[in-house]
Amino acid sequence: MGLSVQPTRGGNVTTIDPPSQEGWVTTRLEFLVNWARANSLWPMPFGTACCAIEFMATAASRFDLARFGMERMSFSPRQADVLICAGRVPFKLAPVIRRIYQQMPQPKWVISMGACASTGGMFDNYAVVQGIDTIIPVDVYVPGCPPRPEALMHGIMMLQKKVMAERSTSKQYEEITIDPTSKLYIPPSRIDELAEPFGNSIHQTRSAP
Amino acid sequence: MRDIPHRGGPVNPSAATLAARFPQGVLRHDVTWGDTTVYIRAESARAIITWLRDDAGERYDYLVDVTAVEHRDALRPLEMVWHLRSLPYRRFLRLKAELDPAGPLVVPSITAVYGSADWLEREVFDMFGIRFEGHPDLRRILMWESYAEGHPLRKDFPLRGRFSRAEQLSQSLAANPEARYSMEELSVADAFHELPEEMKRRILADRRTEGA
Amino acid sequence: MATTRRTMEVALSTPTLGPRGAVRQAPLAVGPKGEVLPPDLPLGEEPELGGDHMLINIGPQHPATHGVLRLVLELDGETVVRCIPHVGYLHCGFEKIGEYRQYNQIIPWTDREDYLNSMGNNISFALGAERLFGVEITPRCTVLRVIAMELSRIISHLVWLGTTAIDIGAFTPFLWTFQERETVYNLWEAWVGARLTTSATRIGGMAADLPAGWTDGLRAFLRSLPKTLDESDRMLTRNGIWVGRTIGLGALNAAEALDAGLSGPLLRASGVAYDVRKDVPYLDYETYDFDVAVGTRGDVYDRYLVRMEEMRQSVRILEQALARLPDGPVNVDDPRLILPPKHKATSEMESMIHHFKLVMEGPRPPIGEVYVPTESPKGEKGYYMVSDGTSKPVRWRIRPPAFVNLSAIPRMVEGHLLSDVIAINASIDIVMGEIDR
Repeated sequence: MGLSVQPTRGGNVTTIDPPSQEGWVTTRLEFLVNWARANSLWPMPFGTACCAIEFMATAASRFDLARFGMERMSFSPRQADVLICAGRVPFKLAPVIRRIYQQMPQPKWVISMGACASTGGMFDNYAVVQGIDTIIPVDVYVPGCPPRPEALMHGIMMLQKKVMAERSTSKQYEEITIDPTSKLYIPPSRIDELAEPFGNSIHQTRSAP
Repeated sequence: MRDIPHRGGPVNPSAATLAARFPQGVLRHDVTWGDTTVYIRAESARAIITWLRDDAGERYDYLVDVTAVEHRDALRPLEMVWHLRSLPYRRFLRLKAELDPAGPLVVPSITAVYGSADWLEREVFDMFGIRFEGHPDLRRILMWESYAEGHPLRKDFPLRGRFSRAEQLSQSLAANPEARYSMEELSVADAFHELPEEMKRRILADRRTEGA
Repeated sequence: MATTRRTMEVALSTPTLGPRGAVRQAPLAVGPKGEVLPPDLPLGEEPELGGDHMLINIGPQHPATHGVLRLVLELDGETVVRCIPHVGYLHCGFEKIGEYRQYNQIIPWTDREDYLNSMGNNISFALGAERLFGVEITPRCTVLRVIAMELSRIISHLVWLGTTAIDIGAFTPFLWTFQERETVYNLWEAWVGARLTTSATRIGGMAADLPAGWTDGLRAFLRSLPKTLDESDRMLTRNGIWVGRTIGLGALNAAEALDAGLSGPLLRASGVAYDVRKDVPYLDYETYDFDVAVGTRGDVYDRYLVRMEEMRQSVRILEQALARLPDGPVNVDDPRLILPPKHKATSEMESMIHHFKLVMEGPRPPIGEVYVPTESPKGEKGYYMVSDGTSKPVRWRIRPPAFVNLSAIPRMVEGHLLSDVIAINASIDIVMGEIDR
């Protein structure tokens, strides 16, 4: 801790060690800020398809998002904290969602609601983005087709935990730079190969019986 | 259902009157599962459909659908399909024109006959590449205008598209449909002179390459 | 400061016609310095300070567009001079994928395209496919499908009511209607296991029969729904703000509506009494006693009245259907279509073979094509299916009522104010999943 009290012959000597003072005050401040953020996440509902209806049902009176402080839907990204992508995103909509995400001020989070937003869902075809995490960074994925309102709320609570766990020292906003020399790097062509259907799924892309 | 036979059964009277009125334009007809299909020549489509709408004994006042069918068998023609309904007489008619899938896919537009044909024909153009003569504004409607992979509903178009996923993504992010207003939109709004130079150049360049 | 009006001549592909085929006006006269001369006006009138028209882009992400619709509006002040809609932002290749799936596998796809009317779409598709197969469903299945379709119509109209009210400014009906929808969601979940994307039909029958006590739940809903409708009615129908914001907006007369290819409540509000349930009956609709609401003016207010009345008529149909629901099997007794029960599939050879063929290959219809229209809450909905004898269709075409309805929006909004555009768009009751497919 920053404050230490050492007993000596003449009395106690109190020393303060400023560098290790990321102790009491800042943790309390961080906690306060995170608590305020987590309990008033203003969502930007990027609702496209069926998941948007379940999102509306979650916001309605039975499942009530207002108890999470999220009833104030911000349709302008400039005033939103979390972008909830509810529904499938076709390639025509891809630049739109990217621009909306870029317009959001930080701190911002993204919930990918539903199978289509997370991975493309059942739409493994020419028209649909296979997961919005290919376009924008995603914090929480909520699977389901569509996810039940309880599932969405579970995802929101996971996001709240993530928000509470943020620290001012945590590197969250850095640019992701791709390092081709890294051992983790997989070139896009290899990713495409890996993403081809296999096993029984090859029947799903064959039209002939 | 209700003893509707697979083949045969009562024929829509319009088939006979059409054959009498357009002996060159009408080729044959058949009845499948209760629906009468009349095969016509593509070039007489507008004349036939106009007559069907205006004739007092036919009165097909409602265009149900405009679409196309490509068969898996490459030897079979590509069929252009129109679904018409007569509300006063309670009749339904399917018109088909056969096109050579390897040849020029051109069909007369019926936007002058039914206003609803506008978007329906644009969709057929987008999905099949069939061009409609006389359509006021034939451009893609479901895919973005600079979509380069082709016409998705053709049988030679693979399900997952022609490009890799990475390429599809980078092409779509570059396409950015809202950054492009069509010339029609810009001309009347008189905003062209306010655009940045680069955008003006791009729009003028696109005019030479955009379809229709 | 001199205000000049410049027009830029652009070489359009059809130079004599403007967009939508209107004849273009001649340009104004140009003075010696290249400035445009104002037109001669009679004495006493000031020349109009014509500012430039504004080009406003609504969407594709916008709270009031009911999905990802993009409207480009040319505004003269607040008045809409021209509207150019752009769709396709939710195009997900449904029709292409239909060619790669067996007929029973297409059913979950029908849920997702008009997701507010998923049961209705399941049934529309099953009706078309069953005609393609030449199969007649059981009496119990027929009545169950009527129940499902009418319930689906009610919940779709409830969403329309809630979202339209929000668009025009009344927030509370949204909460009332979604609360009623929760009751129906519980019924769906008890019957087929899903709230929204039901996938409830199979070729030749339904995915499951009703659980015990389901009809009591439906009866309770039929008692509570009219109260909610009355509440919304009391709040909206004779409300000065509501009437003022909806009367006279977006009106199309009967001839214009037919030419525009409208169907469903939009066509009926314009005075054309075309309801597929009455004109091309299916599922024994001709034996049910119900009325079809037909409007006179074709404006937003009439469309509102037509849909409210449709919900009440659906309640009537549901009560009759409940009264006549017969016992018996739900699925046809055809082992080439319906999966055998599990205990037989694992013990009898023949059933195992049928099970294998149905799952691996799927049922195969004879060569042919069908189009069976049904009345969805949006309009005439039908699936045009072409079969080449294999288990996957050659062509699966969705006839999208909302797509054709939306194509008429330019002529509905021209001349109206910007805020009216929102109200008119809401009255069309669009579902982008169906429009873009």
